Amino acid sequence: MTEPLLHIEQVSKRFGGFVALDGINLEVAPGERLGLIGPNGSGKSTLVNCICGTLHNEAGSVTFDGRKMDGLPAHQRTVLGLARSFQLPRPFASLSVAENLRVPLLYAVKARSGSHLSATELDERCVEYLRLVALDHKAAKRPRDLTQVEMRKLELARALAAEPKLLIADESMAGLSHSEIEDILKLLMELNGRGITIILIEHIMSAVMSFSQRLVVLVSGRKIADGNPAEVVRNPEVEKAYLG
Amino acid sequence: MQSRTFILLTLLVAAACFAAAQLVSNNYVFFAGYTVLQFIVLATAWNILGGYCGYVNFGSAAFFALGAYSTVFFYKAFPMPIPALIVIGGLVSGIVGFGMGYLTLRLRGSFFAIATLALAVVLQTLIVNWDYVGGSRGAYIIRPNTIAFAGREIPYIEYLFLLMLTLAALAIIAARTIERSRLGFGFATIRDDELAAEASGVPTLRLKLIATTISGALMGMAGAPFPYYIGYLQPQSAFALDYAVNSIAMPMIGGTASWIGPLIGAILLGTIQQVATVTISSAVNVLIVGVLLVLFVIIAPNGLVGLVQDLMRRGRP
Repeated sequence: MTEPLLHIEQVSKRFGGFVALDGINLEVAPGERLGLIGPNGSGKSTLVNCICGTLHNEAGSVTFDGRKMDGLPAHQRTVLGLARSFQLPRPFASLSVAENLRVPLLYAVKARSGSHLSATELDERCVEYLRLVALDHKAAKRPRDLTQVEMRKLELARALAAEPKLLIADESMAGLSHSEIEDILKLLMELNGRGITIILIEHIMSAVMSFSQRLVVLVSGRKIADGNPAEVVRNPEVEKAYLG
Repeated sequence: MQSRTFILLTLLVAAACFAAAQLVSNNYVFFAGYTVLQFIVLATAWNILGGYCGYVNFGSAAFFALGAYSTVFFYKAFPMPIPALIVIGGLVSGIVGFGMGYLTLRLRGSFFAIATLALAVVLQTLIVNWDYVGGSRGAYIIRPNTIAFAGREIPYIEYLFLLMLTLAALAIIAARTIERSRLGFGFATIRDDELAAEASGVPTLRLKLIATTISGALMGMAGAPFPYYIGYLQPQSAFALDYAVNSIAMPMIGGTASWIGPLIGAILLGTIQQVATVTISSAVNVLIVGVLLVLFVIIAPNGLVGLVQDLMRRGRP
């Protein structure tokens, strides 16, 4: 087996007396499409935050692309190729939509390659990413002029603009219509085709099932299932967690 | 506008200001103008941290006073020309700004503001108890009447005015350059959302340290010539509430989003204060600032610049 791109070993996180993550082990292979599901409060977002450095795990370690991530601040992880979208969109409110995408290009991409993008190159890349999520006609608008759906697309586009090796999409489809979900799924598949590894966190089961090659289920901070999506959903423990 | 054009234009405006001030036969215009220019530097410096990054600094007076007291120290220990003292004042305050940033930047919002206020109190206590620079008695700086400049003798106050004018021009050029650079983008993301900034690869802590250092250094530079201006420096005047309040109020009234806000705010408020000092009393200054600040927070929370932008947007169909 090839070296995993992401290797999570015994990661635990507590908030006071509450155990949010309890010894999670997970490996993600390069180019894989992984679905991560679990009921509300099961620790999905906490896991993402520990992977990306927004939170620091007390125990265990995260290895990405052969490098130990423990203790690295979030921005360095982004530079190394780990990008995420936030569950609730967090756009830069005072910047235009195009400028929002300029930030990861100016910081993450530049710090990685060390090369300086010219002003026209920057503009072109911004337009390219906006076109990918069909927001190019709103480039000059402020985030507050966008709809909730467009805001989610912007969130995804900003993560893409960091040109990651691993993209973690944290509920990018919540509240979207059926056709919009199709659009985003198509986009994620296309990105995966370009070689980007993707972890999809989602509540919409039809989307997760059609997207994922492998499915991981978290319940109360523990991993209870990991494997072929069709088999995982038939797992009695998973059924119990979802249906009671 | 190209950066080079802007720099040239700023220097031209500064030169025009100096020439216009010389046309007035009364030396008082230099005294009053110096104060306004000093506030342009302070307001611009405050805005680099407060406006661009969104971190409110209540300790501006401390950085200003550090610049002033480093001048007093060197005046006694190792006399130097004022331009050199300005550089030293900038270094001292810049280093303290860096240190303050390192200790406090993990705090957000009002906690950071309280920490900066505490810094001002601590520094003032240190200065009051440091006898070499005058302690609570204060220190006298003997200002020569004239100085040889560009081949002729000019009144010393004209020289100080010219120095502060240059400093104001430099501060504005620095602020505008930052605003349009990669650094400026990074600062804006810190103001908007630090978590998202980190996720986009912005090294937020490093950028905040750069902002506190630049901001502190500029404030120290504004304070360095002050002992020569005032002639007698005591802790109460160097750490005066006026500096802290004005450095916040001027950008707020002008608008914090761009370099022009603090400039407009400082000219407007600074001039009103100078006029009030002469016509009413200097004690009324803080009242004017207070009333204006309350008015602006209610009527134009984005300052004059924001107000004009809103009106222009509304004018457009």
